[in-house]
Amino acid sequence: MEDIVNALALFANYVAVPATAYGAQLALGALGVTLIFGILRFANFAHGEMMSFGTMATILVTWGLQDAGIGLGPFPTALLALPVGILAAITMALVVDRTVFRFYRRQRSNPIVFAIVSVGVMFLLAGLVRIIIGPDDQSFADGARFVINAREFKELTGLEEGIAIKQTQIITVVVAGAVVAALFWFLQKTRSGKAMRAYSDDEDLALLSGISPERVVAICWIIAAALAAIAGTLYGLDKTYKPFIFLQILLPIFAATILGGIGQPVGAILGAFIVAFSEVMVTYAFRKFLAYLGPQDWAPDGLVQLLSTDYKFAVSFIILVVVLLIRPTGIIRGKVIV
Amino acid sequence: MTAEAEAILRVDDLTVDYGLIRAVNGVSFEVAQGAIVSLVGSNGAGKTTTMKALSGLVPRAGGAVRFAGAPLDGVTPDGRVARGLAHVPEGRRVFPRMTVRENLLLGAYLRGRDPGVVEDLDRVCEMFPILAARRQQLAGTLSGGEQQMLAIARALMSRPKLLLMDEPSMGLAPQMVDLILEKIVEIRASGATVLLVEQNAVEAIRLSDVVYVLRLGAVIHRSAGRDMDESLLKALYLGHDI
Repeated sequence: MEDIVNALALFANYVAVPATAYGAQLALGALGVTLIFGILRFANFAHGEMMSFGTMATILVTWGLQDAGIGLGPFPTALLALPVGILAAITMALVVDRTVFRFYRRQRSNPIVFAIVSVGVMFLLAGLVRIIIGPDDQSFADGARFVINAREFKELTGLEEGIAIKQTQIITVVVAGAVVAALFWFLQKTRSGKAMRAYSDDEDLALLSGISPERVVAICWIIAAALAAIAGTLYGLDKTYKPFIFLQILLPIFAATILGGIGQPVGAILGAFIVAFSEVMVTYAFRKFLAYLGPQDWAPDGLVQLLSTDYKFAVSFIILVVVLLIRPTGIIRGKVIV
Repeated sequence: MTAEAEAILRVDDLTVDYGLIRAVNGVSFEVAQGAIVSLVGSNGAGKTTTMKALSGLVPRAGGAVRFAGAPLDGVTPDGRVARGLAHVPEGRRVFPRMTVRENLLLGAYLRGRDPGVVEDLDRVCEMFPILAARRQQLAGTLSGGEQQMLAIARALMSRPKLLLMDEPSMGLAPQMVDLILEKIVEIRASGATVLLVEQNAVEAIRLSDVVYVLRLGAVIHRSAGRDMDESLLKALYLGHDI
């Protein structure tokens, strides 16, 4: 019996807890991508770098606050700086929309043109970020590190395996939950939110109802950029800020978006957790876990690890390919990419 | 001259292109304040495209449109709604994942918190009692006829001066067709002007003040509704010049 509990604790520590935090970060990113697809109808490749840009702004402000001796006690100073990061990301998104995407909207360009343009924006933002903060990794988490660490957990429960929960993981889940709740309230209950859904559902009919496309587009960028800055900051707090990760992170985010059904906010969240759990589970070595569950003195010889962690992004790629082959509309039937 | 002054909509030599194809080729007509005017003609005559150009869904390639005394050049679709032009597009278009009430309120989107919106909600529900009964139901679950009523009611929620109705009776059961046509007369009685495109040409002509016959993207005939009889209409549809 105790073996089973130990196995579960082991699983929670190395899979469930980190995958939940990672899933929440992906969900925020995927929500932004899905909203942009729903309203502007293109796959925004610049979304990862928008996360990076917002996070960079948050880090710069965090450093300023730390120098000034302002903090949040046990909580990371970055939370205090986050609103500035969000504002920076929103400003950047609106500037890019006015100077770049609006031109192509007026040309009535087709979605693939928009997607390619967004690749250009992606490189531009990536370059800008590296000029400002440099190409190096930055660690900016301060405050208490653990809510409970493995040793404390073991002493508390008397188990052999401990569950460590980092403070950033709790913050990630709480913030993501609050943001998602606010987003759904906005989309379901407010006049602007309903206008956005109407525009996404039937553009012509929305125009005929008097909904201004420029306003809907601006609101969409504001929300997507805010989500991006929050997602990037939470990801950076949980791990470290790596300017080069944001190109790779597009893959799990796109996989989550497509898996859930493009343009479907609920689907994006569902997809994000499926991708996160798959990624963590496929790269986790189940040897010890199985040893607990198997008979006494029996343990697998190998690591029982499907893929090395170096290949974790391959998981998203496989999910992406399988979804596109089997159910291209995603779990919640979204718009098929043509 | 007085007739011109009373026209709420004047269309002069309107042309619309779809890529390389000219869908509307120099259409001119006018709609007098408080009238019901019909555009009739066979498929591909350019009726729907004309309507879309009037509401701004498709760009105009040439010609001029004046609505309520001002040109519509460069006015966005939402700007046209604000000026009092509402369009009920072809095919019972509603927002299927929203409730009947939400659909109606989106029709009044530009009016914000205007207290008149609630009044108008009651007014359109009186006109179409079934919508009141289905208020909280998702629009996607309504029958075809009910969706058409909702589509019309949604357009009325913007308090239009001119209502463009594209094939409002298409694909509906015969009683429902009669009901919709009845409502068109009722809408005019309430003070709005109606520009109607109807496949059911004989019925449309019966209730219209003026009828324009379109063929191949141009107006080929204009007459008062009462002067148009079935044999003349047949001849025009079949392509005989009068």
